[in-house]
Amino acid sequence: MHEFIQYILSYLDSDRTPGGAGNIFWATVYILLVFVGLSVAVICMNWLERKILAHMQVRLGPMRVGPHGLLQPIADAIKLLLKEDIIPAEADAIVFWIAPFIVVLAAFTVFVVVPFGPTHAITDMNIGILFMLGVSSLSVLGIVTAGWASNSHYPLIGALRSSAQMVSYEVAMGLAVVSAIMMTSLGSEGGTLSMIGIVQAQQAQGVWFIFKFFPLGLIAFGIFAIAMVAETNRAPFDLPEAESELTAGFHTEYSGFRWSLFFLAEYSAMIAVSSIAVTLWLGGWLRPFPNTLTGPTWELVFSLIPGITFLFLAGMCFYSTARMPKHPLFRIQTIGLAGFGVALAAIGLILFIQGVRVRIVDIFWFSAKVAGFMYLYIWYRGTFPRYRFDQLMKVGWKILLPTGLTLLILTAVVGMRTELWAQVQEVLHR
Amino acid sequence: MNPPVATPFFFYMLAAVMIIGGILVITRKNAVHSALALITTLLAQAGLYLMLYAPFVAGVQIILYAGGIMVLFLFVIMLISIERNLKERQFNKQWLIGIVAAAALGGLFITVYTTTTKGRVLFPEAGLSYGESDNTQRIASLLFDLHSGTYMFAFEIASLLLLVAIIGAVVMAKKRI
Repeated sequence: MHEFIQYILSYLDSDRTPGGAGNIFWATVYILLVFVGLSVAVICMNWLERKILAHMQVRLGPMRVGPHGLLQPIADAIKLLLKEDIIPAEADAIVFWIAPFIVVLAAFTVFVVVPFGPTHAITDMNIGILFMLGVSSLSVLGIVTAGWASNSHYPLIGALRSSAQMVSYEVAMGLAVVSAIMMTSLGSEGGTLSMIGIVQAQQAQGVWFIFKFFPLGLIAFGIFAIAMVAETNRAPFDLPEAESELTAGFHTEYSGFRWSLFFLAEYSAMIAVSSIAVTLWLGGWLRPFPNTLTGPTWELVFSLIPGITFLFLAGMCFYSTARMPKHPLFRIQTIGLAGFGVALAAIGLILFIQGVRVRIVDIFWFSAKVAGFMYLYIWYRGTFPRYRFDQLMKVGWKILLPTGLTLLILTAVVGMRTELWAQVQEVLHR
Repeated sequence: MNPPVATPFFFYMLAAVMIIGGILVITRKNAVHSALALITTLLAQAGLYLMLYAPFVAGVQIILYAGGIMVLFLFVIMLISIERNLKERQFNKQWLIGIVAAAALGGLFITVYTTTTKGRVLFPEAGLSYGESDNTQRIASLLFDLHSGTYMFAFEIASLLLLVAIIGAVVMAKKRI
């Protein structure tokens, strides 16, 4: 028992990830934390998407279950779990059964290397970004097999569309990623594919890669931002499940628990690709201006922001509580909303504690950036009409791919010039 | 560097998955099932590469084979009518030659693995010097480095071959170019 506690405590002094330190206990804890955190994030996204989309369309969205529909995701989850799980008689039962699990496995496995902070990752791999791209590309297999196994026309068309679409956009995505990886090789450190290494390269070079070699980094980021929406089958690229043409596309025949697995996988894949974008171009866990606004005062100011954010959310809750109708029927909802506000305020106050503050601050910045992308996803869905399939292919192959190739060459040329110029300077100063 | 965890267990598990997957590929009548079994085999193979401290090769294996090529395979297979395939009798007239070839290959493997010529083992234990932590960088310098880039020519020739294949496909598919 004593040895076990020693084993647990021995990691706390380490400055590496649990996987890097080889500590099985903490690796398991991190895996559970990431899994629970992701599930909570998906639940929040479910509610937020319905609410934000509703407000964009001047509707109220869910209002009945809980105050402002806060308990709606839970009601949805219960409904989905209690629904009958139907396997069509003519379906290929085994493949039909496996397909959702392939999608979920692919969507969750990528989080093994996502760096929430310099030590807050399950593990750091030498091939980090390659691993993320590879494993997330496996999810298309799940979608294709789901569509085929349903043995029905709409799912099959959805599956065909999704395989063509995801393979096409993977190419452009890869080119954009390579251009960011080339930027890591500048300076003394040498290039790296490791997710933590990429963020550290941005810190060492003192610039987020989105602003590097302006506008090259920005264009690469733009290509990735378009391709990642197509990769996750979201509007305006949601042709595999285009509800106005294909009922629900590849998951038309799925119901209940299996359908909810597709739902879960879609949202966690969205979070995964947003994490890639944040890591590669937006400085990962780094707070804004980590190299210019330094010193203990700025450190303190920036480390207070997480707590202040939660207090602000709590304040919004209390404001809404005060605005609740003063009718006896609304009493429980009012109390519930106030309780939710108190919970948020408590979290905010906990985040002010010195020990918590220091450990949580990088996770907060990473999550905040990812949350920005999540909002963009909802915004796209509320704004853009869906592409036609030939337009989709045209954008992928005739616009994004040539732009990506040009960008790759330009980044290489500019990078080489910078390196050579640095060497010339060195010689001149000698 | 941490000691590897449960290496024999993972090796035998991955090897078993590969062999079972490989057998399923050739015994399933349904082409989609065969393709899925092949994907399983390729993924297990990626796991074996990981065990050989070659994470870059494993990552490329997953991206190219499991994520890219097999998706295109499935794309084509899904368009074939499976029902007719199921009713057709599968035939193979080369089973005798196949058995001889397989036995010869297996015999070769076993002899190579067990042979020690004049006290020199064919597979020395410490032959592997590439660390897991800089595998990608090592491969890059083997391919592209000015001084140690032994395989640059072979690599470029192979990519040229792929380019020829792409152009050939376009020429065959398009009537007017």
